[in-house]
Amino acid sequence: MLIPHPLLGLRDAQEFTYLGDASLMSPPPSDDPEALERHVHLRDNPAGLLRELWFHEQGDRSWLVVTRDTRTHEILGAELATDIRREGAR
Amino acid sequence: MTRLDGGHVDRTRALRFTFDGKRYTGHSGDTLASALMANGVRLVGRSFKYHRPRGIFSAGSEEPNALVTIGTGARAEPNSRATVVELHEGLAATSQNRWPSLGFDALQVNDLLSPFFAAGFYYKTFMQPAEFWEKLYEPMIRRAAGLGKLSMLPDPDAYGRGFLHCDLLVIGAGPAGLAASLTAARAGAEVVLADEDFALGGRLLAETHTLDDDDATAWIAATEAELRSLPNVRVLSRTTVFGTYDHGVFGAVERVGDHLPRPQTVRQTLWRITAKRSILAAGAIERHIPFAGNDRPGILLGGALRAYANRWSVTPQASETDRVAIFTSTDDGHRTALDLMAKGVPILAVIDPREDAPRLGNYPLRKGAVVSGAKGGRKGLSSIEITEGGRSDWFECAVLGVSGGWNPNVHLASHHRGRPEWSEADAQFLPPSELPPGMSVAGAAAGQGSTHGALASGAEAAKAALGLDTLPELPRAEDAPSRGMALWHVPGRGRAWVDFQNDVTVKDIALAHKENMRSVEHLKRWTTLGMATDQGKTANVTALAVMAELTGKTIPQTGTTVFRPPYTPVALGVLGGGDTGAHFRPRRLTPTHPWAKAQGAEFVEVGQWMRAQYFPQEGETHWRESVDREVLAVRSGVGLCDVTTLGKIDVQGKDAGEFLNRVYANMMGTLKVGRVRYGLMLRADGFLYDDGTCARMAEDHYVVTTTTANAGLVYRQMEFARQCLWPDLDVQLISTTDAWAQIAVAGPNSRALLERVVDGFDLSTESFPFMACADLTVCDGLRARLFRISFSGEHAYEIAVPARFGNAMMDRLMSLGQDLGATPYGTEALAVLRIEKGHAAGAELNGQTTAQMLGLGRMISRKKDSIGAVLSRREGLEADTRRLVGLQSVDPSQKIPAGAHLFTAGEARDLNTDQGWVTSACWSPHVEGHIALGFLAGGDGRMGEEVIAANPLEGQEVAVRVVSAHFFDPEGDRLRA
Repeated sequence: MLIPHPLLGLRDAQEFTYLGDASLMSPPPSDDPEALERHVHLRDNPAGLLRELWFHEQGDRSWLVVTRDTRTHEILGAELATDIRREGAR
Repeated sequence: MTRLDGGHVDRTRALRFTFDGKRYTGHSGDTLASALMANGVRLVGRSFKYHRPRGIFSAGSEEPNALVTIGTGARAEPNSRATVVELHEGLAATSQNRWPSLGFDALQVNDLLSPFFAAGFYYKTFMQPAEFWEKLYEPMIRRAAGLGKLSMLPDPDAYGRGFLHCDLLVIGAGPAGLAASLTAARAGAEVVLADEDFALGGRLLAETHTLDDDDATAWIAATEAELRSLPNVRVLSRTTVFGTYDHGVFGAVERVGDHLPRPQTVRQTLWRITAKRSILAAGAIERHIPFAGNDRPGILLGGALRAYANRWSVTPQASETDRVAIFTSTDDGHRTALDLMAKGVPILAVIDPREDAPRLGNYPLRKGAVVSGAKGGRKGLSSIEITEGGRSDWFECAVLGVSGGWNPNVHLASHHRGRPEWSEADAQFLPPSELPPGMSVAGAAAGQGSTHGALASGAEAAKAALGLDTLPELPRAEDAPSRGMALWHVPGRGRAWVDFQNDVTVKDIALAHKENMRSVEHLKRWTTLGMATDQGKTANVTALAVMAELTGKTIPQTGTTVFRPPYTPVALGVLGGGDTGAHFRPRRLTPTHPWAKAQGAEFVEVGQWMRAQYFPQEGETHWRESVDREVLAVRSGVGLCDVTTLGKIDVQGKDAGEFLNRVYANMMGTLKVGRVRYGLMLRADGFLYDDGTCARMAEDHYVVTTTTANAGLVYRQMEFARQCLWPDLDVQLISTTDAWAQIAVAGPNSRALLERVVDGFDLSTESFPFMACADLTVCDGLRARLFRISFSGEHAYEIAVPARFGNAMMDRLMSLGQDLGATPYGTEALAVLRIEKGHAAGAELNGQTTAQMLGLGRMISRKKDSIGAVLSRREGLEADTRRLVGLQSVDPSQKIPAGAHLFTAGEARDLNTDQGWVTSACWSPHVEGHIALGFLAGGDGRMGEEVIAANPLEGQEVAVRVVSAHFFDPEGDRLRA
């Protein structure tokens, strides 16, 4: 697989470490233990588009949010997690 | 059998080889199969289940029968297809799946017992009684199963690995592939052309067709020369593309040295090819027509018979007067007869089930007839039965070519979602319409079977793939349509083989159907059809059609099974790419490794690191003697240990303190500059993740340490926190584990020793107390970091210098500390020291433990939020009463097994009575007895109680007393001194 790194271009997936669902970037408020519990333990497993976290461990150490179709492995885009998190906060 | 005229073998170069120890001679350009055929060898193997005698059936990688072991000793490679093994001088081949010999095989009795070995035999027979499975059935099946045997010796060969990137990957160098490559190459595209054969040309080599009225080999040679001359083309012959992976990535194996007498530098290379576009031009595989007794040696695919005659100038005849028959349902078989006749081979008849079969030449033609039986001994076919209009007659016949039409080779086009699609008009499965992205299919693989069709479709595919305007001029070639009918099997009472390698017959398919195996996937597993090493390349389509006939469904309704990589078997050795043994993973050496090696240290693998385990001295005969000495030296003098492997992360920025507050469970933001604090890190689910120290070097600069095992993971997690959770914090991270050599200097004389290296730095407790840190210089100006921290419980320091000075630093400290008792210690002594002190390490932080269990629950600050803090207070975790305790053998000489579980004395030893477990254990020179750390239910309140540490797996049981985990200096006076 090839991942289109927003700064470095197409990179082989072997350079990356996979984490999972990008929802991990948005923990709920810490005063809601039940929501935290769901956040930590429950994941959707969609057949279709999934936004997921990949770490460019053998590269520039960026965390990326990659949009992938789980049925075809087609990758529709990759963004820096930092950018997404900052935009989300605004 | 002598050679026929013509062909593409070099008669001037003789190559000697052996088969089952017997010596033979072949020529350069031969495969093992063609050379065996030239030497009159008809019996080459035994079938898997019935041990039936088998001969060469095909001329390519689809071969189901001619599987042999190539090479001897450690280099023996089982299940090699003789049809694709390139002959070389000294090649030694051995037949398989027979005992004591290929000619007389004891297990051929299985053939007589065949009524008992029908489809689903294994599932039906070996079910009851269940307890027989492990002891009797499985070992029995394993002994009888399998074709070739592995040598069980380490692979002595070297393997390579390479990466290629191209605009266009062309798979197959037949007419379609060559035309595609030429088109793309002349347009300047980066082209990789791969073909599994050692010669380019594909099917052209097996035919007598002309190109531009000249021999096809002239065009092949000119094309090859042009391609090889172009810098933008890479021609990989002897290279099998075995898998189509995501995003234009292909796996391929190049047999670099297999055809050379001894493996040269590299035997095979694994190529990972990333291609923007790809053209599959893998040709087609001929299908046979099952009839009774159709597996006899001497019966082979018609196209293969033609290939052997044309390319290698051989036939499977025992003598040149032996008659050859052709059984064909398409025009293609008639061509075989013509080509053989041109070489003087006597033709018994062409048997064609079509009433309107064409006559292409002057050979006996039996229209509307079928071959319905075959007889012969183990040497192979002797006669065939021809049935025509209800009448059957036997005819003497040594060789039979069977042509049932061609199946486009769609394997690599079907590795993604698409399934091959049935074309009723062509009676063929064509490539899926949903192809892997970037792929197109050309030539016979796309159903374009004529030479002209292959050339034109190859060139067109390249033009379309690269968006070109022009096509190169292609040679004139035959464009004869090959008409035919689909004849899936000849009905009859005898066994008619569909899958030769796994011995699956038409009857087996019928039986599976009768037993309600209606899905093609069930059929496959019930009969094992297509599950042999050839993956049913010559069997699957025929089996589907037979099944469709039985169910009254159409072929597309019946469907196909899934194609998966690899296309042909790939040796695990080449997939490993040489990364075996010491090369399995990177080996990291500590900065003081050369010094430790010179001291005669024993080393131990810790993850990727090699660490000094202990330093045996003259006269010490047991490792524990060395370890005890090292421990006592630390406790009484001063010890030195390389602790570089612990992860070091530099945390800098205005918000570094706030960042660490959120990452560590305890408060780090309030740490004063020049001080160190022990830190606990939790996982998001509240369990303990890692521990380490956190040193504040400046207002905006911390240096944190991690355990050796988690160095990479903690860094990854901290980057996640920085980038994905709090990108607005002003903080930067970098791993400096390899940048600094760090040496623990521990023991009552540690200060005295360090005073001899620091450049005028005051080490008194007043100015540099326990848990202090500083940037300083040592040894006249070498920059260093000093931390007064202790893992051993002694007055101790860790000194860090730039990694390249680590070895010299160790040397200097040792030589300056002779009078102070300076002693190097390794990981064993390090472990003993920390167990005596009750400090947690990897065994206590195993992912199943909490801060509460370590007795450190109060470290989780409630004044701030941090990762995992809220969930660490979950009911289930809070209620856990297991606590870290010390354990001491009641009989001091009795060892406590690490990993043993703890039970209350007198209670049963089972899950319900489990009280905890032993995490770390050692002999303590300080206690002068065996001690351990462990987690015990209600541990805090059980001091002094005697419990049982039991390891029922090995029948071990030790009475231990529960004590404080701090065996050594519980008040901490020593480390603060």
